[in-house]
Amino acid sequence: MTFFQILEKNGWYFFTTLLSGWPATLTVASGALVFALIFGLVIALMRISTWRLLRWPATAYLEFFRGTPALVQLFVIYFGFPDWGFQPSPLQAAIIGLGMNGAAYISEIYRAGIESIHRGQMEAALSLGMTPIKAMQHIILPQAIRTMLPPMTNFSIVLLKDTAIVFSIGVLEVMALARQLVTETLTSAPIYLMAGAMYLCVTIPMARLAARLERQRQAWQ
Amino acid sequence: MLELPQIYAENIHRWLPELLYYSLMTLKIGFFSFIVAVVFGILVALCRVSKNGLVRTLAIWFIEIGRGLPIVVILYIIYFVPPQLFPGLNWTWFSDFTGAVLGLGIHGGAILAEVFRSGIEALHKGQREAAMSLGMTPAKSMVYIILPQATRIVLPPVGNYAIGLLKDTSLCTLIGVNEIMNGAKSIAFSDYQPMAVFILVAGIYFAMSYPLSLLVRALERRLRTAQ
Amino acid sequence: MSKAGDGAAAGQPLLRIEDLQKKFGDLEVLCGVSLNVARGEKVSIIGPSGSGKTTLLRCINYLEKPSAGHIYIDGTLIGEKKSGDRFIYLTDRELARERQEIGFVFQRFNLFPHLTALGNVTVAPMRVLNLSREAAEARGRDMLQKVGLSHKADEYPERLSGGQQQRVAIARVLAMQPKLMLFDEATSALDPELIGEVLRVMRQLAEEGATMVIVTHEIQFASEVSDRVIFMDQGRIVEQGLSREVLFKPKEARTREFLKHIQDR
Repeated sequence: MTFFQILEKNGWYFFTTLLSGWPATLTVASGALVFALIFGLVIALMRISTWRLLRWPATAYLEFFRGTPALVQLFVIYFGFPDWGFQPSPLQAAIIGLGMNGAAYISEIYRAGIESIHRGQMEAALSLGMTPIKAMQHIILPQAIRTMLPPMTNFSIVLLKDTAIVFSIGVLEVMALARQLVTETLTSAPIYLMAGAMYLCVTIPMARLAARLERQRQAWQ
Repeated sequence: MLELPQIYAENIHRWLPELLYYSLMTLKIGFFSFIVAVVFGILVALCRVSKNGLVRTLAIWFIEIGRGLPIVVILYIIYFVPPQLFPGLNWTWFSDFTGAVLGLGIHGGAILAEVFRSGIEALHKGQREAAMSLGMTPAKSMVYIILPQATRIVLPPVGNYAIGLLKDTSLCTLIGVNEIMNGAKSIAFSDYQPMAVFILVAGIYFAMSYPLSLLVRALERRLRTAQ
Repeated sequence: MSKAGDGAAAGQPLLRIEDLQKKFGDLEVLCGVSLNVARGEKVSIIGPSGSGKTTLLRCINYLEKPSAGHIYIDGTLIGEKKSGDRFIYLTDRELARERQEIGFVFQRFNLFPHLTALGNVTVAPMRVLNLSREAAEARGRDMLQKVGLSHKADEYPERLSGGQQQRVAIARVLAMQPKLMLFDEATSALDPELIGEVLRVMRQLAEEGATMVIVTHEIQFASEVSDRVIFMDQGRIVEQGLSREVLFKPKEARTREFLKHIQDR
């Protein structure tokens, strides 16, 4: 059978099956994003702290998670943690693994965002009688968020793409179903191409959004 | 966690040589895909700034698709799809290693194309004109004026890409390449020591990538002060 | 501006600085500066760069913590409080409360780029004084009018010229109705043709009776506006007195040298 004959016969079946993997893909991506956003902020604040006891572990965390592949981190969590009595489900392991990995990257986005704001901004806010917390809330953060939005969007794309490896620890997401279909029908070309097209449908618009946000930010600064 | 040192004490003499042997494959994939990526990157970047609209559009597509697809998907498509599309051809030469290098190289090409483009565009036309006005030939102005500046802009992101690439080679285990992750999996599950083995593997990756990232950072600092 | 009879005795200076010292590491920037400023008085501080005049100003607002010495406004210690016979630093909240009374105009304006001109002027009244938006905006528009920028209320800082930005920054300070206003080289980041409009606003404030401490290089302006001129060099007050005396009949050699240098420029 040629490529197009297969597609005509099984195309719809492939499509619906692959589509049913998206909830898992999106759950892992959004779960890991939330995890990374929160945990990454903690790491970032530790990194800019003046207290070495906070700074040092945060830096070590950062170096380690950026220096090793996400796949290894997932394997340590999913296959390794049961040795220590914690048995995560594939979904949990995927969210924790990609989340911890993402926190390392996101903390650098936070840090750059906070540091991009001129010291004079904090001083001006303080000189007007704001407490440091109020200055953070009304002056620094609103500016930092605008600076951080484009890299955060780019990071979300990376994260979404990274979810394509979590089938290796047994999460039934898009790629897992693609592989199942391949085994089932003994045909690979239409399935992997279709899965790829699905990813592109999400990532390309996101990339364009990130580019637009970046242009807006540059115009505003 | 307490028994880890003991596990290592008992097993490291078996594990480490084996894993290091596999890590040669990791380095080999990394090296060759880096070269493929640089070649692709330069070609696509040149297409991207071409005056021909069709060429430019194709380059943009290549970049968007290469950056938009998960690396695993690229690897699967490169490795599994062509033999099925053209079953009449002889595919025996197309090993998992070739697929890995091509797949990572294509992904890298898309990333580096944007890096190289920014390098080309960051240079003002004035630089070239200034060089020519001093009596330099176009070739000389390229060698002494343009390239040294472009290198400075491009080198740090290329270095960061190389670090990412080294880690991304781990994905080749998913198409069955016998690199370090593959070796680690077989040891981990035959010896029932996943935690110890995977942490060791993480350490090996770190030992490979950290010097590289220190190098890139030193480079970035030097280039920044030079400017 | 100044609220006369604000509890304090009439004879007491509004700002009192006692033996202020500041070190950055080994570098002594202020080596014991004492200074009184009366209510309604305008004091200009001149001196070569590195003389410590900006640091002195920043210490008054506690943007820098002095290494030693104390600052009082209306008899109240700034940045610290007495506990027994020791001085301890105020909490952030207490310090913020004190800073409301001291306006600071920066050399580089430091407007908030994410807020409009009006937003810049109203953010502190709303978030610090807890005024309602209506009250804050009414006050803000008054202040913008005062600096001649009513028509720019809805512009973002990036769309304003340097002189306009600095006038917004002054309006932002005025909206807090401070007892004391500090100007840190408010015109030295401006193009020459934009200096005039800012000096005009400052002169107007002076005429209305505000208490001002002005660090400046504009000798002409200092001589016209200030009651008193202070010449600082190497972290010390070298000479001070009525502006016409210090500026036109300086006693100290170093003052003469500096003034000559400035005029030659």
